[in-house]
Amino acid sequence: MALFKLLINNRAYDADVERDTPLLWVLRDNLGLVGTKYGCGIAQCGACTVHLDGKAVRSCVLPVSAVGKAKVTTIEGLSEKGDHPVQQAWDEVDVAQCGYCQAGQIMTAAALLKEKPKPTEEEIVSTMSGNICRCGTYHRIREAVKVAASKTN
Amino acid sequence: MQTLEQTSRRNFMKIAAAASGGLFLGFNWTNSTALPVVVDAKSIAAGNINFNSYLSIGTDNIITIVSPNPEIGQGIKTAFPMVVAEELDADWKQVKTVQGNLDTGIFERQVTGGSGAVPHSWERLRKAGATARHLLVEAAAAKWNVPAAELTTENGEVLHKTSGKSATYGELAEAASKLTAPTEVKLKNEKDFKLIGQSVRNVDNHNIATGKPLFGLDFYKEGMLFALIQRPKAFGLKLKSVDSAAAKAMPGIVDVVTFENSVAVVGKSTWQVKKAKDALKIEYEKAAELESTADHNRIFSQLMDNGEATVRRKDGDVEAAFKSAAKVIKAEYQCPFLPHSPLEPMNFFAHVREDGVELVGPTQTPERARTEVAKITGIAPEKITVEITRQGGGFGRRLSADFVIEAAHVSKLVKAPVKVVWTREDDMTGGTYRPAVRYRFEAALDKSGTLIGYKLRGVGMNSGNSTREDNFPSGSVDNLLIDSVEHKSPITTGPWRAPITNFLAYAEQSFLDEVAEAAGKDPVAFRLELLEKAKKSPVNAVKYDVDRMIAVVKMAAEKSNWGKKKGVYQGFSVYFSHRSYVAQVGEIVMQKGKPVLKNVIAAVDCGIVINQSGSLQQVRGGVVDGLGHAMYGNMTFKDGAPDQTNFNGFRLIRMNEIPEVDVHFVNNGISPTGLGEPALPPAGAAMANAFYKATKQRLRNQPFVNEEAFKGIS
Ligand code: FES
Ligand code: FES
Repeated sequence: MALFKLLINNRAYDADVERDTPLLWVLRDNLGLVGTKYGCGIAQCGACTVHLDGKAVRSCVLPVSAVGKAKVTTIEGLSEKGDHPVQQAWDEVDVAQCGYCQAGQIMTAAALLKEKPKPTEEEIVSTMSGNICRCGTYHRIREAVKVAASKTN
Repeated sequence: MQTLEQTSRRNFMKIAAAASGGLFLGFNWTNSTALPVVVDAKSIAAGNINFNSYLSIGTDNIITIVSPNPEIGQGIKTAFPMVVAEELDADWKQVKTVQGNLDTGIFERQVTGGSGAVPHSWERLRKAGATARHLLVEAAAAKWNVPAAELTTENGEVLHKTSGKSATYGELAEAASKLTAPTEVKLKNEKDFKLIGQSVRNVDNHNIATGKPLFGLDFYKEGMLFALIQRPKAFGLKLKSVDSAAAKAMPGIVDVVTFENSVAVVGKSTWQVKKAKDALKIEYEKAAELESTADHNRIFSQLMDNGEATVRRKDGDVEAAFKSAAKVIKAEYQCPFLPHSPLEPMNFFAHVREDGVELVGPTQTPERARTEVAKITGIAPEKITVEITRQGGGFGRRLSADFVIEAAHVSKLVKAPVKVVWTREDDMTGGTYRPAVRYRFEAALDKSGTLIGYKLRGVGMNSGNSTREDNFPSGSVDNLLIDSVEHKSPITTGPWRAPITNFLAYAEQSFLDEVAEAAGKDPVAFRLELLEKAKKSPVNAVKYDVDRMIAVVKMAAEKSNWGKKKGVYQGFSVYFSHRSYVAQVGEIVMQKGKPVLKNVIAAVDCGIVINQSGSLQQVRGGVVDGLGHAMYGNMTFKDGAPDQTNFNGFRLIRMNEIPEVDVHFVNNGISPTGLGEPALPPAGAAMANAFYKATKQRLRNQPFVNEEAFKGIS
């Protein structure tokens, strides 16, 4: 076990865990931040997507010891009031079916828009194709990313 | 009368108290004879109640409506309250929805499955809303001393147009709570619906988009331990010996316990437990055949020719029809086992104490969970509570209670609150799959191309009856024989979204395309011809509504401009299942010499559409699910062990692989008939039939990616 000092959603956290523990499980089991979801554990589905210094990463394969001083953002910290343009678009388009994949979808979309505020359709599809939605809400995810892009200037 | 058990009575008390001073109306959405009743603390305390759902109107003007069914993404947590609010004439903005996760003893049909939730309760939900409305109107009439007939309701207010008086429901709630509910209420004319048929956003959107703990896997309770379970690695093996010394010595591990053929590692965090599970040394021994996929193929062939079949339906004289036929068409279709793969893997919390059991988690069948746990713990069912969380998809998997039973076993053995978590690998290799099935179809045509004989044999792995003998085209063919053979396999199976029809529809609708071609007929015209026959001179029982089926066929043909599009290869499919009717046209275009599925046009008759937004997604999602599994879904076995263990080996459809899905609902005013499943079954054939038009190659086996004709395409 080792003590890790983490900066998550602009707050300092301590986690006393083994070095190889994936960030996902530190968030969920140790820090009670359960918005980040487990879907596969092998970087296939994107349910566990968080931001590391603003970039989308799969927390299920990221050992906590590799986080270092990077700033972690989870779905709980994407915005203060849940009104990030992507979150708003997700409600407006009524994307969620079961909802389980959506935190990961939102984090992936938010990172994309940060890097490319006006992505093309192809860019949206190729980025979002990394995330699985078992309920098949893909049409609405695609639409919601476009709506969010139109809201961000 | 049913008596509430202690815990739920307390819960109802709490709720009733929260609605203090307001109107609290209990109703029974599972029992058609029970009437809505005005509930007060006294009647609850006396236990003399017969309701399993409620709505309350607070003096603060907040209307709370409980949705007692498990929410797995089918949208009923939004749709149910919409129905109540419609008859109540409530302002949707005042409505708060809560999940009725407090009881199983009284929520008789607290099950999500078979697209049954909405049709089951439509009438009763409406009556509840109308009853509350009636009471509020009565209260206003008394207050203003005017005849109730002069009052109207709108947007959460009672209005007296002549005098200009108005009062909010909140203002009237207290007075209404002193009245007795009427035994009969008038329901709205469907034409006057204001809320039903609108697009209403999912009531949980904000919680979902902000990562609130909603799901079973998110549940945490102080002192709770985590457990991962090692089950036999192959179907047909049983536990021989366990060496858990290394695992027990690892950090965070509290205990390793064994029950039945399972070894549970219990500890303080998921990751620690996972590592310790990998350190277990377990020996297994053979308890049954260790079947491989090659064995299944051999078994299919054997049973198809020589199996002992159970006759499911027999009309006319099939043998004679085939003897006299001018043409006979024969084809076989096969599908593999499939895991359900809900994105939230199986998990459940249990706390087994001396005096009761607390169960929390995602289940579609709380009642079954409770009964099973009562059996293994010896604790009386009324001392077992089940709290239902939101569920990250189900697709039929959460109808089983195996994971709940596991949680109870482990909690009982370690005497602590425990959450059993399945990894994706556990979930994918843990069984209760959609059964693998092979069908053989034979059709006899006379000289004029009329279908005079039809045979279907289904051979399924643990599938029971792998046919649906009364579905179309039964009733439209004079001579018909449908039978089935079952092979008992150690590989476990269970219901999978649209059980049986999830593959049967594809096979049948593809085969009918083959028959239409042999008869020299247009696929749509051929189906309509059969349906006309079922209507005018039905052959024995016809258990689908022929007119509703014809209507969706025509609608899909019209909306897709059937047969008239240049450069577009269209495939047709129509199916009746789970009470609803869906026709689909798949459209393929050639891009760089490759056939690409661009569009699916769906015509859907599910009766009245309650929530446009939710319903549209159900259809799109159903089509995407049907296509995805038809194209890619494959589960194979080697010596009883699944070859695919996670999403790297088992391919799920992704955004870059979906067609556009254009949805049209039939508006016929019929009571809702359900939508969680019916859009899935026809999808595979809409695609396969279009694929045939484009390539002249039939896709007769799923997944399509493994078919020769599909190579190089995806
Ligand atoms: S859980 Fe990390 S990608 Fe699936
Ligand atoms: S909404 Fe259910 S997995 Fe995406």
